[in-house]
Amino acid sequence: MSAASLRSGRDRESRHTPQEMRRLQRRLVLTLRYVLLVLLACLFLFPILWSFLNSIKLPSEAMAAPPTFLPSRVAFDNYLKLTTFGRAGQEGQDELGVVQHVVNSTVVALMTVVGSIVLSTLGGYGFARFNFPGRNLLFIMVLSTLMIPFQSILIPLFVMIVQIDLHDTLFGLALVYITFQLPFGVFLMRNSFLAVPQELEESALLDGCSSLGLLYRLMLRLVLPGIVTVAIYAFINSWNEFLAALIFMSDQDNFTLPIFLTMIRSGLWGTVDWGALQAGVIVSIIPCLGIFLLLQRYYMDGLMGGAVKS
Amino acid sequence: MTTRQATLRLWDPTWEQRRKLTGFLFVLPAVVFVVVFFIVPLALTFFMSLHDWPLFGDHHFTGFSNYTDLRDDRQFIKSLNFTFRYTLLITPPIFILGFILASLVRHNIRFIGIFRTIFFMPVVIGLGVSSLLWVWLLDDRVGIFNKILLDLNLIDRAQLFLGRPNTAMNVIVLSVMWKTVGFTMILLLAGLQAIPDELYESAEVDGAGYFRKLYYITLPLMRRTIALALILSVIGSVLAFDQFYIMTRGGPRNSTISIVYWIFNNSFTYFKMGYGSAMSIVLLVILVALTGAQLYVLREKSG
Repeated sequence: MSAASLRSGRDRESRHTPQEMRRLQRRLVLTLRYVLLVLLACLFLFPILWSFLNSIKLPSEAMAAPPTFLPSRVAFDNYLKLTTFGRAGQEGQDELGVVQHVVNSTVVALMTVVGSIVLSTLGGYGFARFNFPGRNLLFIMVLSTLMIPFQSILIPLFVMIVQIDLHDTLFGLALVYITFQLPFGVFLMRNSFLAVPQELEESALLDGCSSLGLLYRLMLRLVLPGIVTVAIYAFINSWNEFLAALIFMSDQDNFTLPIFLTMIRSGLWGTVDWGALQAGVIVSIIPCLGIFLLLQRYYMDGLMGGAVKS
Repeated sequence: MTTRQATLRLWDPTWEQRRKLTGFLFVLPAVVFVVVFFIVPLALTFFMSLHDWPLFGDHHFTGFSNYTDLRDDRQFIKSLNFTFRYTLLITPPIFILGFILASLVRHNIRFIGIFRTIFFMPVVIGLGVSSLLWVWLLDDRVGIFNKILLDLNLIDRAQLFLGRPNTAMNVIVLSVMWKTVGFTMILLLAGLQAIPDELYESAEVDGAGYFRKLYYITLPLMRRTIALALILSVIGSVLAFDQFYIMTRGGPRNSTISIVYWIFNNSFTYFKMGYGSAMSIVLLVILVALTGAQLYVLREKSG
């Protein structure tokens, strides 16, 4: 059908040679492609840019109904206002509102990153390079937990965390997050170690290097890309996680950033302050976008190695 | 000297034993974590589902009554229905837009990396945070959507998009699509790029147009990737919670309570943890079936 229409088009403009026509057509398609790409890119960027624009408006302007388009002048009052929510606003409290919750989120994320790296690297190395009874069974067990959505085991997890008195602590939340990262992390690190040629290790072992020394001195450098990937996912996932943080944290002071912002939105501290909320949204987005933009290659490696092949 | 040492080691019968132990010790921490925080809770979910289990006080065995109670729980049935309706509504548009985006960014033309990055960016933003962003975009007073629609005279007064069941569903689908479509795009892009160019070239020589190539080359060769993208998207939708908790709080009139939301309410608002566990088991069965389908699709390749 399209071949026929192509031919009739060619007949009409017979002064062009077929080659010229084809080149013209390709040009047209390419231009159309770019036009579409630019339009779509604007639509995709719009929510983030719009949120950012509002976060730097004056508070009164950010709350204006109907909304204004561009800020009349750049102001950081919304960001400053974020520090007054929660208990900070009350007398006798020297807490810093959002700062407290950024710190909470950062501490949980860093604990998750360190824990995931250590456990995934040790586990990945063990599964890749050592032969011991039950190895395959244990590996399948670790991997099979990928099939279980963490949403379905949160109730007993909560009961257990309460039992060991880690309820409402950043450390308890980090323990849970580390576990969520492990199946993916161990799988990825095992593949990283398997990709290292075995001869390298054998010569080091022959030189009298211990297993742990070998891992530390030689292998870590070789599997560094895998470690970076595990770290990125551990950070982004724990920074963004919502449901478990909502369940495990009951004291306002321990809320992670997304939970804190949700409390602003639900009007826990008076009418919803949209300007401050968007400042909070931008604060939450920046670390993730920054890490993604800087380390995109490692992020995509994880996507292809984890999501597609698992 | 070193050679002699090494030779000694290799001949040492306990060396093999020690290496086995070392390997086991390496994997032990990860295994302990997975057992304590994954396998044990999994077993406990089932155990708790057979009990009446309040937050405080004693729990007692009730057999399968939590499960039989589910049949009479109208909100549970409603939540199941809602979650499936949401999944059915959101999966096709995400897939189609993902496919269009993947086709657009497929060839390595100039600046294409920038476009791929832009379309993927919302994926790394948390669903909770993106919901907080969209609830503001959609607000009837300060939201930009109402402002634009009013300025274009498409509506005559500001709409409470999240205040009515139908529009709430549609705008939430739109917001989640924005946040997740980049993931589908990347999956499909990898699938598209795995198809050899020669196939298209020879089809063009035979005079095939875009849709013929799509139908006879692209879709058949991408069957596995497409199935994977659809299943991952379905799994994500069945587990939806953040967007409803933040954007509609389950309303209006409990019309946007997903399964996970109803489990959350029962377990952590009403503290009926045994009952919540029974629902979790139902959810788990649904998810394991879906993941089983995923594994089946993935296995076809190697076979």
